[in-house]
Amino acid sequence: MTVTVGVVLFPGSNCEHDVAEAVEGLGASARILWHADDALGSDVDAIILPGGFAHGDALRPGAIACFSPVMQAVARFAADGGPVVGICNGFQVLTEARLLPGALQKNRGLVFLCQMVELEVSSDRSVLTSNVNVGARLRIPVNHFEGNYLCGPDTLRELEAEDRVVLRYVDNPNGSMADIAGVCNAPGNVVGLMPHPERASHPLLGSEDGNVLLRALLQTAGARVA
Amino acid sequence: MTDTADVQPVHLALGLTHDEAATIERVLGRAPNHLELAMYAVMWSEHCSYKSSRIHLARLPTQGPEVLVGPGEGAGVVDAGDGVAVAIRIESHNHPSAIEPYQGAATGVGGIIRDIFSMGARPMAVMDALRFGPFDEARSRWIAEGVVAGISGYGNAVGVPTVGGEFVLDAAYADNPLVNVLCVGLLPIERLTLARASGPGNLAVLLGSSTGRDGIGGVSVLASAGFGTAAGEGADAAGGEDDAAAKRPSVQVGDPFEEKRLIETCLQLMDERLVVGVQDLGGAGLTCATSETAAKAGSGMDVYVDRVPVREPAMLAFEVMTSESQERMLAIVTPENLERTLEVAARWEVRANVIGTVTDHGRLRILDRMDGEVLADVPAASMEHDAPRYDRPRRPPADLGSRRADDPARLPQPADCGADLLVLLSHPGVADKTWVSRQYDHQLFLNTVEGPGGDAAVLRCRAPGVPAHGHRGLALSTDGNGRWCSVDPRAGTAMVVAESALNVACAGGRPVALVNNLNFGNPEHPEVMWQLSEAVDGMAEACVALSIPVVGGNVSLYNESRGADIDPTPIVGVLGLIDSLERRPPGIGLVDGGDLTLLGGHARGLAGSLWADVLHGHRRGVLPGLDLAAHGRLLGLVRESVAEGVLAGIHDVSDGGLAVALAELCARSGIGVQVTGGESGAPLDAADLFSEAAGRAVACTVGTATTDLRARAEAAGVTAVVLGRAGGDRLVVVGSMDVGVDQVTDAWRNALTRALGAA
Repeated sequence: MTVTVGVVLFPGSNCEHDVAEAVEGLGASARILWHADDALGSDVDAIILPGGFAHGDALRPGAIACFSPVMQAVARFAADGGPVVGICNGFQVLTEARLLPGALQKNRGLVFLCQMVELEVSSDRSVLTSNVNVGARLRIPVNHFEGNYLCGPDTLRELEAEDRVVLRYVDNPNGSMADIAGVCNAPGNVVGLMPHPERASHPLLGSEDGNVLLRALLQTAGARVA
Repeated sequence: MTDTADVQPVHLALGLTHDEAATIERVLGRAPNHLELAMYAVMWSEHCSYKSSRIHLARLPTQGPEVLVGPGEGAGVVDAGDGVAVAIRIESHNHPSAIEPYQGAATGVGGIIRDIFSMGARPMAVMDALRFGPFDEARSRWIAEGVVAGISGYGNAVGVPTVGGEFVLDAAYADNPLVNVLCVGLLPIERLTLARASGPGNLAVLLGSSTGRDGIGGVSVLASAGFGTAAGEGADAAGGEDDAAAKRPSVQVGDPFEEKRLIETCLQLMDERLVVGVQDLGGAGLTCATSETAAKAGSGMDVYVDRVPVREPAMLAFEVMTSESQERMLAIVTPENLERTLEVAARWEVRANVIGTVTDHGRLRILDRMDGEVLADVPAASMEHDAPRYDRPRRPPADLGSRRADDPARLPQPADCGADLLVLLSHPGVADKTWVSRQYDHQLFLNTVEGPGGDAAVLRCRAPGVPAHGHRGLALSTDGNGRWCSVDPRAGTAMVVAESALNVACAGGRPVALVNNLNFGNPEHPEVMWQLSEAVDGMAEACVALSIPVVGGNVSLYNESRGADIDPTPIVGVLGLIDSLERRPPGIGLVDGGDLTLLGGHARGLAGSLWADVLHGHRRGVLPGLDLAAHGRLLGLVRESVAEGVLAGIHDVSDGGLAVALAELCARSGIGVQVTGGESGAPLDAADLFSEAAGRAVACTVGTATTDLRARAEAAGVTAVVLGRAGGDRLVVVGSMDVGVDQVTDAWRNALTRALGAA
């Protein structure tokens, strides 16, 4: 059975086509979910909140998008155990929506960074990394101004203790606490990450390592509905 | 004098000459009122009317087999095959960026993107050709950092990747940076939309931002005059900055989120075939968009001022009509499609208001409200067709003869060419630009196969909403060289075109179209007009010889500060088509043990070279000759060798000559080279190593590909010289240079951040 991935489109999102193309390249089908709709449709097996500048990043990234009607539906889907992944701006939206802990502040160097980074998989208990070897190295680009992960000391202890730091930077580009590039919620079905796996999905793009993560997502989503 | 200034006629204050005012009166058959005068003033500004350059631009070749739309529309459009077309345009935002670097650059990006989607194309990539003053001046660093931040802040958020460009420092641009922005977009050919207000009774719908008092007179006050020395003021050192501060209110402010929603709205309107024509509002605002769309369709238009949403109360009609508020588009819609048009706009939260009606009376009439008082009534076509055309006086510089006689061959030979090489690599114009390019999203849309830093950007030719297109690709390069053009504007411009075409060929692309941005000084200076005329001739010669049509351009004049004109700086953008992009092109790199071949052969002319300029302050002599026929053969050889996978690495010889080309190959690959002497066996000297003679490229090949390449070169009639071999950890030119790859890499990679104090 083909997995259907819902890709949420806010005004100002810009990676929705890229994410759809990448998951379609792995055999899934993609469906764009408009931010003003509060129902997902029953056929959606996984949700990706793509990168971009939802609502122009007004106030701060994700601060307006978390109030869009679609986020109620995303929260219900997540509460039912549905896989939800936020990439870059999508990660920022998930933290503003309190579906993930912490916040993403401006990069340490106070400049935008678009560059390839090396990541280490540090947990396999998320929907994005299940069956991926812990310690595996992946080359995937980042593209953000606000990617510097921050949370309180208690939260950090909790994340580490519960093995919820999903990805870490090998050479931290933005000042993120504990080199965190991605985290998940306690059950592991909601994941946020700053790197863009869809940008490492084709040999012509210089890396296909992003497919490792997207494939894991499609497999867990497929196994859940099977 | 004070008395006459107090009673200065309105037309002079608006930037119109006495003769121009008289022409307006003749066209109208009566004296214009203030609103009409203000509208003519912006339309007849240098920026909008090209009045000083138009007679020269007519000499450029514009025809080619792939050209669908040539100059004179929102963008040039080229057929990429299989029902897909590429729209391309370049524009400058030099003066706004001098005054307010962040917003000046940001709105430059916004403006060029609107030109592209106004044609029905989805904007897919931006390139920026930038020029700043040397970084030992704090103001130059401030301008450069602001411009880069503006491009990053706007371009990233609007969702169009910035895939390359240029970043050059030279004292000529200290107070007058150049910010030239190129954009390409892709469209299904049937979505091609032109700026036509046809069909009397159709409605003019203004989409996007409300209209404010920002940017009033931008084209006339800002873009069509220099800083500090207007009206012959004293040229004291502080004059430029004070004048710039006074002009700051003429700079517009950009909102990329508004523009992103406008892109999606307009493309959806065109996909649903709801619009007759679309034009963006750029320079001269509503006046330009309404008069041009009506004139091009041979119709007229009534515009109702009260229907234009405004940001501030009590805006006057002339402010509404000449405001350059950003992120606005004019769409012409049939009455039956209006409701759906408004629905689409509402979905994207974009303002949409009917502000006028297409008429058959051929006149542009401005009314205070529908059926209200007529505030202005002019022939729509007169704003463009009756605009002045000037054949301004031209004169070569008086010392041209002695300048040309002063050949840099007389300069002392360096004791150590390696030391000179390291100086050139540390020049921020040559050094690695990662500090700049990593601030730009250069990957969106998953098309970027080779991003910033290569000879050309290489993109997959695909876009959302555009039919799948095999494995086709695009190669894009922007190039300019004020140093060459200051030595000889004609030959220098031909060399720039040749270099840009070679960059595209190094990516495997066949050059099919060129856009240009002519950045020059004050056209009222005869030497500047001579430079412009010469540059156009050099461009025309190269484009004709290489069969590259010019599909669009922009002219930016009055680039001067404190009384000094900038170096003549024509910037070209060349678009190449790649028939099959199934593997990554070799790019600037080496393979250990690979053979090095210099295609095009050795050359020795040092005039106009970076070496002569940076190490000896010498910018004179006669530029090395360029054989355009031989260059055409080289382009074909390089393109085919890349396409057929013969090459392991390729890099053209340009700034800094052969030595810098070799050093960049080493720095990027981490591999050294061992280069033997010249054809006679004598060691290569400074002239061989630093000459920037055009039409040359260094190729790296492995195994039998070497003989294959050399046989191909012979068959094509291209000189191919055995240079040596890649390997080791040193850049060695036997008898003249021996530098560690680590030294080369450090100089090249870190110079820019050091110069900015950011390291």
